[in-house]
Amino acid sequence: MSKVFIAFQDNEESRPVIEAILADNPEATAVHSPGLVKIDAPGRMVIRRATIEELVGRPFDLQQIQVNLVTLSGNVDEDDDELSLSWLG
Amino acid sequence: MDAPVSKKKLGLKDRYTAMTRGLGWDTTYQPMDKVFPYDKYEGIKIHDWDKWEDPFRLTMDAYWKYQGEKEKKLYAVIEAFAQNNGQLGVSDARYINALKLFIQGVVPLEYYAHRGFAHAGRHFTGPGARVAAQMQSIDELRHFQTETHALSHYNKYFNGMHNSSHWFDRVWFLSVPKSFFEDALTAGPFEFLTAVSFSFEYVLTNLLFVPFMSGAAHNGDLSTVTFGFSAQSDESRHMTLGIECIKFMLEQDPANVPIVQGWIDKWFWRGYRVLTLVAMMQDYMLPKRVMSWKEAWEMYAEENGGALFRDLARYGIREPLGWKMACEGKDHISHQAWNIFYNYTAAATFHTWVPKEEEMQWLSEKYPDTFDKYYRPRLEHYREQQQAGKRFYNNTLPMLCTTCQIPMGFTEPGDATKICYRESEHEGEKYHFCSDGCKDIFDHEPEKYIQAWLPVQQIYQGNCFKPDVDPTAEGFDPLLAVLDWYQMEVGRDNFEFEGSEDQKNFAAWRGEPLPASASAAASAQGDQS
Repeated sequence: MSKVFIAFQDNEESRPVIEAILADNPEATAVHSPGLVKIDAPGRMVIRRATIEELVGRPFDLQQIQVNLVTLSGNVDEDDDELSLSWLG
Repeated sequence: MDAPVSKKKLGLKDRYTAMTRGLGWDTTYQPMDKVFPYDKYEGIKIHDWDKWEDPFRLTMDAYWKYQGEKEKKLYAVIEAFAQNNGQLGVSDARYINALKLFIQGVVPLEYYAHRGFAHAGRHFTGPGARVAAQMQSIDELRHFQTETHALSHYNKYFNGMHNSSHWFDRVWFLSVPKSFFEDALTAGPFEFLTAVSFSFEYVLTNLLFVPFMSGAAHNGDLSTVTFGFSAQSDESRHMTLGIECIKFMLEQDPANVPIVQGWIDKWFWRGYRVLTLVAMMQDYMLPKRVMSWKEAWEMYAEENGGALFRDLARYGIREPLGWKMACEGKDHISHQAWNIFYNYTAAATFHTWVPKEEEMQWLSEKYPDTFDKYYRPRLEHYREQQQAGKRFYNNTLPMLCTTCQIPMGFTEPGDATKICYRESEHEGEKYHFCSDGCKDIFDHEPEKYIQAWLPVQQIYQGNCFKPDVDPTAEGFDPLLAVLDWYQMEVGRDNFEFEGSEDQKNFAAWRGEPLPASASAAASAQGDQS
C-alpha cells in the first residue's frame, strides 16, 4: 500500500495538529528532522478539527494548518470538519 | 422591532462554490475562441469546466488571511536574523555557496512561474482553473520577493550574489534552469500546468524545498529555512492542484490521456535534469548534512512519486519514460555535477572545493556502491593537485546537451565509466544530447529546440563579448572577455573556495584563525589566474 504523508514546521502551533493526527491515525508515525516533522501513514490519513479543538481548548479552523504546512502527499479532500489524504493504488 | 433572523453560515464547500463560480466571462460581440485562443489548440478536450475543483477550497478572503500570517512570521524571523548578525552563525562559509546558487538559479524561476500562471489564468475559460492559476501567480511573486529579500542580507557580506538577474540571462550554467522555464512558458496553458503544477511541483519541489531546507536549519541558517518552508507551504497547495489538474484533464476525455502522458514523459525528464543542481547542493554544499540526495530521491521521488503513478494507473497513465534511468542516476548525478563545477569554477559565479576527508567518508557511507569506486579517486587526485599548488581548472568549453543544456558529463545507464552521448540530425545539422530522455524530447519537437540559446555555441559565435571587444587584438583572452560580459568580479566571485575572500572574511569576522590551507591556496590561485 502506498504511503501518504504530511509535514509541518517543528513549532508550537504545529504540536497539537501533530498530536491529533497521531491520535486519530493509529498507524501513523512521525519522524523529526531539523526544523521539520513528517508524518507517514499507509494508504490514508485524516486530520480532524474536533480532535485538535479538544487539545487546544478553543475553536480551530482547519485551513489554519496552511500556515505551518511544509508538504504533503496523496489526494486531498477537505471540508469544515476534516482533511484527508489518500491513495487509491 | 424585526424578529432576529439567524443566518446559517455556509460550509466550506458552499463557500468555495459561491466565491469562485460565476466569475467566468462569456463574450458577447466577439467569439470566445478569439478571446481565448489557447485553451483548445493543444488538443485537450474539456466538456465541463465546473468539474474543476480546488481541493483546499481556498477562497480569496481565506487566502489573504493565511498568506498574511505567513508573511508576518517570515519577516519576524528575517528581521531577527539580520539584527543578530545571523550570517556569522552558519556552519561554514562554504555553505553560502549553496545560497548563491539559490539566488542565481532558483529565485528567478519563481518569477517565471509567476508570469506563467498569470498567463494561464488569463487563458482558461473555466473560472475554477482561472482562480487557482491567479492565486498561484501571486504565490510565485511572493516567493520571488521573499527569497530576494531574505538573501539580500547575505549579499551585504559575501561575494557572488550582487548580480544575479544579469547573470541569469547570460552565465552558462544558469541557462539550464532558465531554458526549463522558457520551454514551459512557451507551451500552451495545459502543457504549462503539466510542466509546472504537476511535474515540477509535485514530484520535484519536495526535493528542493524539504531536505535542502531542513539542511539549512541544520547549518544554522534560520532565515533560509523559514523562507523555504514558507514557500513550500504554498507548494503543498500547488502540488495538490497539480494532481487535480491532471485528474481533471484525464477525466474530461479519453483523448486527453495520450497527450498528457507525452507531457508527463517530457517534463519529468526535464525537471529531473534541472534538479541535478539540487543534488550537488545537498551532497557537496551543505557542510552539515541531513540526508543524501540518494535518500531524498528514494523518499520523495521513488516512494511519493511512485505512489502517485500507481494512483494514476486507473486512467491508463504509466510512470514517466525516463523513470528507471532517473532512479539509477540517484547514485551518480550529485558527484558528476560537482565534478563539472569543480572543473569550470573559473567561469562559475560561486566557489567549489574538494570535500574534507570526513565528508568523503560520509559520501562513502551514503553511496557504498559508487563513491569509492568511481568518484573518490578523482577527488583525491584534485586534492593532491591543489595542495601541490596546481589547482585544476578546465580551460576548454564543454559540449552541451541541446535539450537540458548541461555539459555532457552524465554516464551511460549501466556503465558509470562511459560518458553518454546521443545525437540527432535535423535539416542537415547535428544536435547532441546527454541521454535518451533529452534526445526523445528533441526528436518530438525539433523546431522548438533548434532555437535553444546554448551558451557554449554562443560564446564560439562571438555573441558573449562586450560590443567594443576586438577578438583579433593581440593577447585577446576569450575567457576573460566572456567573464567581463557576465560582469563577474574575477578573483572574487569565482575560483577555488580555499583562499577566497569569503573564506578570509568569514574567519576574520568570527575571530578565528585562517586555515593554513587557505593562504597556500591563495598564492597558488594567483599563479593560475
